[in-house]
Amino acid sequence: MSEPLLKVRDLKIGATVYPPGEKPHDIEIVHGVDFDLERGKVLGLIGESGAGKSTIGLASMAYGRGGVKITGGEVWVNGRDILKTSHGDIRKLRGGEVTYVSQSAAASFNPAKKIMDQVVEAAVEQRKFSRKVAEGRARELFAKLGLPDPDNIGDRYPHQVSGGQLQRCMTALALCPEPDLVVFDEPTTALDVTTQIDVLMAIKEAIADTGVAALYITHDLAVVAQVSDDIMVLKMGNTVEYGHTDQIINNPQEDYTKALVSVRSIEHEEKQPTPDPVLQVDGITARYKGLNFDVLHNVNVELHPGQTLAVVGESGSGKSTLARVITGLLPPRDGEITFAGRKLSPDLKGRTREDLRELQMIYQMADVAMNPRQTVGTIIGRPLEFYFNMRGAEKRKRVIELLDEIELGEKFIDRYPAELSGGQKQRVCIARSLAAKPKMIICDEVTSALDPLVADGILKLLLDLQKIENVAYLFITHDLATVRAISDSIAVMYQGRVARYGSKSQVLSPPFDDYTDLLLSSVPEMHLGWLEEVVAHRKMESAGN
Amino acid sequence: MHPIIKLVAQRLALGLLLLLGASALIFGLTEALPGDAAQAVLGQSATPEALANLREEMGLNRPALTRYFEWLGGILQGDLGQSLTNKLDIAESIGNRLGNTLFLACAAAVVSVPLAIFLGLLAVRFRNRWPDKLISAITLTSVSIPEFLIGYVVIYFVSVKLGWFSSLAMVNDSMSFGQKLYAIALPAFVLTLVVLAQMMRMTRAAILNLMQSAYIETAELKGLSTFQVIARHAFPNAISPIVNVVMLNLAYLVVGVVVVEVVFVYPGMGQYLVDSVTKRDVPVVLACGVVFAAVYIGLNMVADIVSILANPRLRHPK
Repeated sequence: MSEPLLKVRDLKIGATVYPPGEKPHDIEIVHGVDFDLERGKVLGLIGESGAGKSTIGLASMAYGRGGVKITGGEVWVNGRDILKTSHGDIRKLRGGEVTYVSQSAAASFNPAKKIMDQVVEAAVEQRKFSRKVAEGRARELFAKLGLPDPDNIGDRYPHQVSGGQLQRCMTALALCPEPDLVVFDEPTTALDVTTQIDVLMAIKEAIADTGVAALYITHDLAVVAQVSDDIMVLKMGNTVEYGHTDQIINNPQEDYTKALVSVRSIEHEEKQPTPDPVLQVDGITARYKGLNFDVLHNVNVELHPGQTLAVVGESGSGKSTLARVITGLLPPRDGEITFAGRKLSPDLKGRTREDLRELQMIYQMADVAMNPRQTVGTIIGRPLEFYFNMRGAEKRKRVIELLDEIELGEKFIDRYPAELSGGQKQRVCIARSLAAKPKMIICDEVTSALDPLVADGILKLLLDLQKIENVAYLFITHDLATVRAISDSIAVMYQGRVARYGSKSQVLSPPFDDYTDLLLSSVPEMHLGWLEEVVAHRKMESAGN
Repeated sequence: MHPIIKLVAQRLALGLLLLLGASALIFGLTEALPGDAAQAVLGQSATPEALANLREEMGLNRPALTRYFEWLGGILQGDLGQSLTNKLDIAESIGNRLGNTLFLACAAAVVSVPLAIFLGLLAVRFRNRWPDKLISAITLTSVSIPEFLIGYVVIYFVSVKLGWFSSLAMVNDSMSFGQKLYAIALPAFVLTLVVLAQMMRMTRAAILNLMQSAYIETAELKGLSTFQVIARHAFPNAISPIVNVVMLNLAYLVVGVVVVEVVFVYPGMGQYLVDSVTKRDVPVVLACGVVFAAVYIGLNMVADIVSILANPRLRHPK
């Protein structure tokens, strides 16, 4: 067999960390990883955050983000160890032999320059293509990637195209210099599911057409199963399992891989509606100040005590706006909200303390929802003081009870948010909202920023707490797997309207409306060939119409 | 209408409004000073009768508001009034001296702005290494020393000891451009030292801030050299903050030049203003105040407009 394109041996990567209250010191984040990548093949690197997958991907360009340094091992690209080569040679490698597609194309394109200038830059600098040749190639790639108006889209600025289009432009940017290897770093994670499927297919076809090799980095096993030949499962900087995609998905050997494959194992039986809903949203129509169109159109939903209503939709569907209206942050133009049998004042100023106490909220970013200078005890204790006037030992006792409920325990009481993991932070936020003894909690994408296994833990906790406290959840999410796991009823939102509403079994059973069908069929499934099946199915349907 | 035209028109209107406010403020403040023009002309020993007569004659008895609008009307027609001390037309005297001040300011700006931006880029390129530290040390030292002290030190060494330049920066119309440049070399040098640090620090800070962006990482991963990354990808996005601080410093070159002009006895606006204040020549002080305000507001307005034009989201709406 010929020499592989990319050969990584015993790769060790370190970083300088700055823990609060301690001296900065160096730690190792990748502890000796080996893999090979043949020309034209795709290797999926998969793992949760902190697994070191992006760091390994960037190491194949001899690049360390921030204070990250490659401390040992070998990285062979095209027959030379790039960790030992000269600075000038590394510069030629980057953007020439190896290129990079980042998670957020929106942030990775320079806002001050036209798309075309940025797409051809590396091809002209590194591969010495003439500007004209490079532009011709870029237009070809734009067309191949399914971008609208491929001849002229390069003349636009990044803010003039949509997020999904920009992600394709980023792929064109990476393929334009005719690289040998492309590092795809979570290229579809920031996209809506219905957009993700198109971008995924475009990337897969582009890889097949150009014969380029790729490292495909993602936390989503179902996605990587669609595009890669081999998969490497990483955890905390170590290889857990490395093998053919088929073997990893259908016959995983390690417990950790099995857990990743079978994630979302939560069983939740749907509850029946009660005669007295805790929340009634009646004909809500709302718009933001300064806009001349409505963001919500005549929204009607109900939530029953001790149950969960999942509000699902893609970005821009109005689901977060609905939360703002219910909490009083955005007074609606029309319609009213009944909560626990009483009419709620449309704006926050008119709400009583009792209204505020009984309607709590948990946010997506637990990080920024807590004061970094307060301890966990202070954070959870604050609503106890504010609503129940608890002080001293009484307050402490209740805080410890709450910490036990969220499965953290007393030892966390004096810690600061910076000393907690992402999942622990979200648990503290849950405890803080429970401290107010609410009738209802609005959960706004509370698991979206978390790794699948951690998110699963949070969902299980929320379901357990619901049984104990009989609290109702309005659960806002874009993730249909989450919806299946925890809801009793579902409202599918699309362009500010409720497209489909009913009990979980009703909403998730056919016949579907067009949008719900599109949404449900776009969720990646953990079996090989799923992507092709869906795309073929859609082509057939549109041909039939 | 294109949103840019609307925004620029708004800024222009706002600038004019601001200038109107400034003129009212300047007039009001000189009005509030003890003594008036009649007192200044006749001196401390004047009899009350003589003062009253002169006030009648100069129209100072009429309400302040009436006189303000007359004065404002005069300015709009290009009439800044007459000097009390030498009875010369103020507009004419100012025109001459403003020309000299702008000449000095331009000379200083032509040197200092490109130098400051270049040093800022250099400091970013060698961040936290010796070139960065040296640039910061020199510019911060020069901005920390009062300009009159720098002026006298420069005069002592360069004019007195070495005899290369004259300590008096005298210019007149009969001099050639080259002679004029030679004459103002020292004050221009001192002004450059004064304004360099702020512009250089701002360029450095604005670009360093942008260097954390994801698109800079993209540029680095294209294998561009550090200087290409800074010049092509960071600088175009740093234009807005840099232009603001540059304009602020240009305004300072015109408005804050008073001390340097006095040190080098340069026949510019600053000297003129200081002379008029000591002679209590109120109309001249007013006129100088309005001219300074106009320069200051005008340059900051230009900065605003450039910032608007530099924003691709405004230039190319969806």
